Amino acid sequence: MEKKIFERPYIKKIRAGMPSKFGKPVKIDPLPFIDDLPVEELIKQYGSPLFVISEKTIRETFRKAKMAFETRYPRVQFAWSYKTNYLDAVCRIFHQEDAWAEVVSGFEYEKAEKNGVAGNKIIFNGPDKSLSDLKKASENDSLIHIDHFDELYDLIEVAKKMDHKPRVAIRVNMDTGVYPIWDRFGFNYENGDAWDAINRIVRSEKLELSGLHCHIGTYMLSTEAYRRAASKLGELAVRAFHRHNTLIKYIDIGGGFATQNTLKGAYYQGYDTAPSFDEYAESITSALLDVNFPDNKLPLLILETGRALIDDAGFLLGTVLANKRLSGGNRATILDVGVNNLFTSFWYDHEVNPVKDTSDHFEESTFFGPLCMNIDVIRDAISFPLLRKGDQFVIKRIGAYNMTQWMQFITYRPNVVLIDINGSTHVIRKMEDLNAVTAGESVPDHLQKI
Amino acid sequence: MKLKKSIAISESGFVFDPMSGESFSVNEIGMEILELMKQDQPVDAISEYFVKTYDVEASDFEKYFYDFIGMLRQYQLIEDNEPA
Repeated sequence: MEKKIFERPYIKKIRAGMPSKFGKPVKIDPLPFIDDLPVEELIKQYGSPLFVISEKTIRETFRKAKMAFETRYPRVQFAWSYKTNYLDAVCRIFHQEDAWAEVVSGFEYEKAEKNGVAGNKIIFNGPDKSLSDLKKASENDSLIHIDHFDELYDLIEVAKKMDHKPRVAIRVNMDTGVYPIWDRFGFNYENGDAWDAINRIVRSEKLELSGLHCHIGTYMLSTEAYRRAASKLGELAVRAFHRHNTLIKYIDIGGGFATQNTLKGAYYQGYDTAPSFDEYAESITSALLDVNFPDNKLPLLILETGRALIDDAGFLLGTVLANKRLSGGNRATILDVGVNNLFTSFWYDHEVNPVKDTSDHFEESTFFGPLCMNIDVIRDAISFPLLRKGDQFVIKRIGAYNMTQWMQFITYRPNVVLIDINGSTHVIRKMEDLNAVTAGESVPDHLQKI
Repeated sequence: MKLKKSIAISESGFVFDPMSGESFSVNEIGMEILELMKQDQPVDAISEYFVKTYDVEASDFEKYFYDFIGMLRQYQLIEDNEPA
């Protein structure tokens, strides 16, 4: 006789309370496949935990975003935000889709060069650019986005020794109706610093003011904020032309588009609140089209959106290590995925799916990671089907920031596998080992013997 | 480790403790354990039944069984408060 499937015994106290009018899903769907490949097989072949990236999803998402803007505005260029995910394979997918590179450090600049991006298609942002960074970017004709006056004067000094004018933009921060204002980067619009920076650049006669840039925030749920930002940059561009006869060739509206991940503390789920690419595009492009640009020449619209282009393509696969009850009787589940790999669990209540079909019984639990650290919490309150040791799960929408902000802490970082558009798998970053982690270390002679 | 005699268990997995007035929901496996406990079946017999009927190893069953007992104790549904 075939034996019946065993489920962990479970009892739950029934609590009376006012249910939300939106209710809750009565079942969490299993996620047994990613791009038609069985999750179980992926884990069997490449280990657990495991990062999986879908090339198909990247390309589809990118094309969707591009279409949203190009159908509304004639001149659009995307630049891939390296800090969001700078694995070479990922960057090259975006570059194949015709995205430029947007970098924020000398290291990222080197990566873009290594990936074969032409210098004049690298946008150099960020507050930390060394003199040698500025020199190289100037020589390569990259677009240098100036963050502060000290950098402006550094760049003027660099430009004095060059036979061509470096192409620059200023980063502008402003009040877009979303608070707190992100005013630590760039020059402020309202207090006149941005206009002052434009004047100094023009007066220096050493730099070519090509563009205006802003990046108004991160995970921005308000499309209205982008409309205000685009209007203000447009106004600056018009003023620069009338005062200095300087034609602003591009407006870079930055990134910060939200994804369907749910922010911690948010009442509504991310998939109910995140605007679509079309909604962002409508606000930005309609604001730009309303600006009376000189000679009716529309500047190139550059977008540096990162998160919204890659989040959906990333999956983190893992396995349950143990179940336990805490002092108050609360359930705790220990996963092999920790905050060392899933940095974004500090921001999001990540959506987790079991790999196999489950019963209809849910229990409240806390998902802890495997680190011997109290902060290692993946979900601090989740209602989830009953899990047993060895059960596998998938965490969705983790493509942004995790593979750059992850930590080599306590244990090795796992394999990262790309599923290409034909369904073949490729290890695009192999799991670390002791040699990889200790490669940069050295032991002084007097400590050789212990 | 005995289930409180006053505990009422319905066929649909609904558990009621008339002493406290609290209600609980229990899954199928949990319900079967409660029924066997009500019949004063010893732990070994309960384990034997599950290993024979379900796709579970004895060691795994023991682990989940005592975890379940811990939950019953937490909810004060068993009379014996001695460690299992």
